[in-house]
Amino acid sequence: MELVNPGLGLIFWMTLAFGTVFFILKKFAWPVIIQALKDRERHIEEALQAADRAHEEMKKLQIDNEALLKKAKEDRDQIMQEARKLRDKMLEESRIKANEEADRIVDNAKVRIENERKAAMTDIKNQIAKISIEIAEMVLREKMKSTETQKAYIDKLIEDKQLN
Amino acid sequence: MAIFLLVGFFTWSLNAAVDEDLPQVSEQTAHEMEKADLNAGEIIIGHIVDAYEWHIADYGHTHISVPLPVILYDQGEWHFFMSSKFHHGKSAYKGFEIAKEGMLKGKIVRKDADGNFVQPIDLSLTKNSLAVIIYSAIVIVIFLGVAKSYRRRERRAPKGFQSIIEPLILFIRDEVALPAIGKKHYERFLPYLFTVFFFIFFNNLLGLIPIFPFGANVTGNLAVTGVLALFTFFITTFTGNKNYYAHIFNTPGVPWWLKIPVPLMPVIELVGVFTKPFVLMVRLFANITAGHIIILGFISLIFVFGQASIYAGYGMSIISISLSIFINFLELLVAFIQAYVFTLLSAIYFGMAVEEHH
Repeated sequence: MELVNPGLGLIFWMTLAFGTVFFILKKFAWPVIIQALKDRERHIEEALQAADRAHEEMKKLQIDNEALLKKAKEDRDQIMQEARKLRDKMLEESRIKANEEADRIVDNAKVRIENERKAAMTDIKNQIAKISIEIAEMVLREKMKSTETQKAYIDKLIEDKQLN
Repeated sequence: MAIFLLVGFFTWSLNAAVDEDLPQVSEQTAHEMEKADLNAGEIIIGHIVDAYEWHIADYGHTHISVPLPVILYDQGEWHFFMSSKFHHGKSAYKGFEIAKEGMLKGKIVRKDADGNFVQPIDLSLTKNSLAVIIYSAIVIVIFLGVAKSYRRRERRAPKGFQSIIEPLILFIRDEVALPAIGKKHYERFLPYLFTVFFFIFFNNLLGLIPIFPFGANVTGNLAVTGVLALFTFFITTFTGNKNYYAHIFNTPGVPWWLKIPVPLMPVIELVGVFTKPFVLMVRLFANITAGHIIILGFISLIFVFGQASIYAGYGMSIISISLSIFINFLELLVAFIQAYVFTLLSAIYFGMAVEEHH
């Protein structure tokens, strides 16, 4: 019987105690805790979202990087190709130019050699002529040493003249 | 009535448990044990009910107990004195005495002119009243501390006691309040649900510690559970919206002849309004009391057997202690479950009260 006969005093004190607990915690504890939990949940949510966004951005950045790298490679290849072409062209050009130059030099040389040769020939001819004259002079001098010979020769010349 | 049956069942089962062991001992000791058994029942009930003094231990024939203030209002007069004036219920003081039998057993009564016992208005700070105040203070200190650490450790992971409390708070919020009440209204009821959950949980736990000033059977007392249930009842009643009351007095989806001329449905619904908190009160009381009775029963068994033979007492103590340890673990679980159930049902009643028409 005692067990189910609640005392008025206990009801009074219990109401007071529980009411106090409820009042104090409702005023000073629960709002702080509820708000803190909410704040933290929102903070975590935001942090997770930010991480997701960063991840996405990184992915995008990576894709961008890859594209950039690919483009750079392509550019490099193109530049290399162009350079190679240019080099080939330049080589070709210089080869042609060198050939031309060589031809010109050879031609010049030929002309010069010809000229030299001609000059030499003229010189030789002059020399020969001079030497011939000198020899002829010497021969004549030898032949015309005696007066009779001179006279005979002059006579012959005169005879020839008269014959004409 | 149900409560009387329940109590009857407890005492019966206790007797039955003792009776079953009887055939093993001789008739003479059986007779002694019957006496002892009666004492065990008395002792157990004595430990479970409220008292005007806080009994700690007996040493020989000396009662060691903490006297508590008695506050009475009788015939237009206040009386204040310590409960030690009753000399552990043996003597009367100022015409007041502690009733030893009858409907008012254990309460302070006064014999009137006709020789009948009458009860004064009794606001005494009893054992359970003091316990409730001490445990409330503990709950307040703990949660102000937790709130402080929330304020100090803003946006950071919980630490220390905060991390024990936080899962429970989240559990009550996300698994109890939110599904039972709904997204729109649940925040309004959170402070009450938190308070009631932790109040019951801590009182249950502290009631299991058998050392002064703990171990008072606070949540196993009808006055305590009744006050808690009344809080839930009043909150439900005052927050109830139009739809809630329409549901009680003009239940939709029910044939009209169940409401007019005989208001059968409204009466049933109205009775339901009062049975809900009543059930809350009885469930918590019965569960916690049952746990205490079982533990005390096992402990008493040691002394019951010890009276028969000291060796039987030693032997029984091994079994009794292991069983009461097991029951204590079970009670830890029950402490949580009953706090949870009370909170969940309160939340469901609030959910009904604020449910929108659909």
